[in-house]
Amino acid sequence: MDDLDSRAAQALADIEKADTLDALDALRVGLLGKSGIVTAALKALGALSPDERKARGAEVNRVKDRLADALAARKQVLEQAELDRRLASEKLDITLPGRDGERGGIHPITRALERISAIFSRLGYQRADGPEIEDDWHNFEALNFPPHHPARAMHDTFYFGDGRLLRTHTSPVQVRSMQGRQPPIRIIAPGKVYRSDSDQTHSPMFHQIEGLLVDETSSFADLKGTLAEFIRAFFERDFDMRFRPSYFPFTEPSAEVDIRWDAEDGSTRWLEVLGCGMVHPNVLKNCGIDPERYTGFAFGLGVERFAMLRYGVSDLRAFFENDLRFLKQFA
Amino acid sequence: MKFSENWLRELVEIDADRAVLAHALTMAGLEVEELTPLGEGLDGVVVAEIIGAEKHPEADRLQVCKVDAGQGEPLQIVCGAPNARVGIKVPLATVGATLPGGINIKAAKLRGVESFGMLCSAKELGIDADASGLLELPADAPVGQPLAAYLGLPDASIELKLTPNRPDCLGLFGLAHDVAALFGSHVKTGEQVAAPVSSEARRGIRLEAGVDAPRYLGRIVEGIDPKARTPLWLAERLRRAGLRPISAVVDITNYVMLELGQPLHAFDNTKLNGDIVVRHARAGETLKLLDGSEAKLDEGFLLIADEQNGLAVAGVMGGFDSRVTDDTHDVFLEAAHFAPAAIMGRARKLGMHTDASHRFERGVDPALPRRALERATELLLSIAGGKAGPVLVAENLADLPKPATVTLRRARLKRVLGVDVADAEVARIFTALGMQVVPQADGWQVTAPSSRFDIEREEDLIEEVARIHGYDNIPTHTPAGALTLAVEPEGRLNELAVREQLAARGYYEAVNLAFVGNDLLQRWGMTEQLVPLANPLSADLAVMRPSLLPGLIVALSHNRARQQERVRLFELGRVFGSGGSLREEPAIHGRTPQQAAPAPVETPSLALVACGTAHAEQWGEVARTLDFHDLKGDLDALIAWGGEPQRWAVHADDLPAWLHPGRGARVTRDGVTVGYLGALHPQLAKALDLGADVHVLELELEPVLGRRLPKAQPVPRFPSVRRDIAVDVPEEVSWSQIEQAVRQALGGQLKELRLFDRYSGKGVEAGRKSLAMGLILQDASRTLTDDDADRNIREAVAALETACKARLRG
Repeated sequence: MDDLDSRAAQALADIEKADTLDALDALRVGLLGKSGIVTAALKALGALSPDERKARGAEVNRVKDRLADALAARKQVLEQAELDRRLASEKLDITLPGRDGERGGIHPITRALERISAIFSRLGYQRADGPEIEDDWHNFEALNFPPHHPARAMHDTFYFGDGRLLRTHTSPVQVRSMQGRQPPIRIIAPGKVYRSDSDQTHSPMFHQIEGLLVDETSSFADLKGTLAEFIRAFFERDFDMRFRPSYFPFTEPSAEVDIRWDAEDGSTRWLEVLGCGMVHPNVLKNCGIDPERYTGFAFGLGVERFAMLRYGVSDLRAFFENDLRFLKQFA
Repeated sequence: MKFSENWLRELVEIDADRAVLAHALTMAGLEVEELTPLGEGLDGVVVAEIIGAEKHPEADRLQVCKVDAGQGEPLQIVCGAPNARVGIKVPLATVGATLPGGINIKAAKLRGVESFGMLCSAKELGIDADASGLLELPADAPVGQPLAAYLGLPDASIELKLTPNRPDCLGLFGLAHDVAALFGSHVKTGEQVAAPVSSEARRGIRLEAGVDAPRYLGRIVEGIDPKARTPLWLAERLRRAGLRPISAVVDITNYVMLELGQPLHAFDNTKLNGDIVVRHARAGETLKLLDGSEAKLDEGFLLIADEQNGLAVAGVMGGFDSRVTDDTHDVFLEAAHFAPAAIMGRARKLGMHTDASHRFERGVDPALPRRALERATELLLSIAGGKAGPVLVAENLADLPKPATVTLRRARLKRVLGVDVADAEVARIFTALGMQVVPQADGWQVTAPSSRFDIEREEDLIEEVARIHGYDNIPTHTPAGALTLAVEPEGRLNELAVREQLAARGYYEAVNLAFVGNDLLQRWGMTEQLVPLANPLSADLAVMRPSLLPGLIVALSHNRARQQERVRLFELGRVFGSGGSLREEPAIHGRTPQQAAPAPVETPSLALVACGTAHAEQWGEVARTLDFHDLKGDLDALIAWGGEPQRWAVHADDLPAWLHPGRGARVTRDGVTVGYLGALHPQLAKALDLGADVHVLELELEPVLGRRLPKAQPVPRFPSVRRDIAVDVPEEVSWSQIEQAVRQALGGQLKELRLFDRYSGKGVEAGRKSLAMGLILQDASRTLTDDDADRNIREAVAALETACKARLRG
């Protein structure tokens, strides 16, 4: 008996000293394994009288439980230590760049164009489209430009051999959208347009967005309200804004819209940003819509101008050079 | 239209300063494009006469002048102007003056000689750009008078950007009417007095151009002084309107044109033969013009001729031979009315644009010729003398444009503008604009003056009310009309989604001009069905692009030349080809649009180009050059978006010449070719000075945008089984052949076939390749057993052996 106690005491000391899981397991086998001392002590019980066996059995089991608890406790300590070691060795430089994180970007013109379209689509304008190679009728005549009219001289036009032309504005989409259809109509027509003019401030190809609303109630006041709201929404700020009388053959009254723009040098100036007006009755008539019953307004804006103002681009030509050092700024 | 502010103020009372006037003009649709103050700060500058000039003792280019400035004692002034000489009158900035450029005039020593003031050029005084020498004043300029008073300064040169509908404002009188309406004042019209007729000189005038030239007035003025000088006040007004004074006769005609808006012409009367004939030119007829050019005419041109020769292209420019010269003593003045339609486009056709054509093609008041002729005569007689003959008139009254009478309904006015304008204000506006107004129960009946060609219908009157009432005074509303829901069809991807997807795959969007050069296309072998422009800006912008790739590759090169090794660009845009079918045009109300030739085909397209490494340089990946299958991956991703990859296929045959024949693919959807993919042909890459690794993809956009509407199936209830096999096959057997063989053999139980390794080289017989693939098997109604899987694999291997000469590898 004393023997078991003293060996148990020694075993507890050994357990406390075990510094690896393997060493601990060897101790476990020596104590509780098939030929361990506790197992041997339990086997020895069979030789005792029932009374002795009961008392001795309880004692051996108590020793066994103490040893098992000690082993488990030590195991937990050693496992925790090993986990700590492993975690300490597994530290990464989390600041290294991630794999395959490179992304491209959409062009600033697309970005501005989509933003403008999105604003109008929320106002119920549907996207419409038309050919870039147009005929004279859709680009000019249906829009109330008589042949040789000086207003045509403001549109430096690219022609093809058969008399067709590259549309000089997105306004022919108005005509195409109204043909064979009755109001209410709300359309927005973004697209490429062409003028035979090329210098620092003119590109022979650029982008316009045409808007058209025709219904039984629209007025010039509605036009003003719509565009004022649009400009505020696009730039996300308020502007001094003015509607200035102008002339387009396909609208009357016509206006150009100026906003008060703060230049980088601190000065401010009026900047023309779009043209608009009430759809001319002749245009409605040309498209089979009764101008007595319906009125409408139309507007056209240059996407490049809006992109330049919004993103601070100072050179129009940068849009068409496709220099990655420029394009990456808009990603 | 450029003019002197003081001149306008002489014609109409304007109770406002310059800034207010400019703003009012702009806000009335007469946009002030430029406003140049003239002769500000000329205090201390006086008219002076050079009465002595000697060479400066120390400087070759300087003179020491004695100048009389009306102060008693002559002043000594050192001057470097080349035209400084005794006897001329010039502006003198006296000591104490500050010139507009900021120069303070002080008594100073110049190279040792004292100088008490500065003789000035027009530029130094801020009244003209001329800095070539001293501003020489007329001989009668009063010495000692302040220059500003003498020249009618300060003034401003105002340039308006007039819209084509307002030719009436191309003369100051017309402009004065608008200004009067804006400021509630009146034009100081003053009756034009008929000039005294003191000669009987006449010439017949025959109108032979019908409605194109319904009125032609002429007058002979004999015995003028050909050396007469244009008076300073008149020359100054021309200058401030941007015109150079030329000679008295020409300056007078220009002056009257500016004042009234009526272009005039003066011929040398002695060069004319018999009657003036106003007729159409004959085909092939030519005329040498004032500018020395030779105009080639046709029946579309109006010609002023005499009985022998053409004299002038009507409404455009006078002829050279009949022009007024320094020797002209007898002039024939012309003031005519030409119909705008007869002049429109004619100057352009001759490659010119003149003050006359600018006005006539927009419309000149038919009532003006007599007034203009009388005004020009009055000026001519007073400046150059001579004797005026009677006014010679030829006119077809029936062919003259009639002022339109237009009705404006009060309700329509309110409806279009969205605001009530008081009746009295409406009437005031029309009256102030020189219109006759008759009030009616529901509106007004308005007759415009003959100068207002733009007033033809109700909307024109509404615009006038809005313009003068002020756009600022129209409120802002938000439209309340019926809304139709803008639906985007679910069966079609949005272009923006495609763009964003490509951006997410590392591509930057490019935007190229839609025209390219023939040379470039030639290199690509793209020479068929081109759509060339008739009037391109340059040879490299001469043809509508038949493909997005040539332009994108130019952009790629541009970037490579700027230290960008790895370039990935995409573009969405239309490509153009000739020879399409007739475009369907809906019936158009009241007329048929011309539809001669088939319209060119415009195909929205998508393209991408890439070069450099497959992935951006990175610490954690082995760098690898981009290859065909990287772009194929982009294609697969684009296709996957639409949800129907089985409709797409790639083919190695029928490739365009610009693709590498072994590394190119033709892409089809439902068997129809919709694009190409692959490495550029090495020869093309070399010709374009590109590296070898440039890969491209171009697809028609519409097929890419097509999207399947999903139809849900039950999720499988039974597990799938995976078996891997490796076979070797001859090198030329394609993956799609293998895929097809396996799919045909296994049918419905094969859910997926994955290629996970491809190898050739050591351990594989030469000319063969090893492919390892995983077969994923599944049945909808039960769990597959090992026996099922084994049977499937046996069948797959058997099919591969038969169809693809495959050998199962251990």
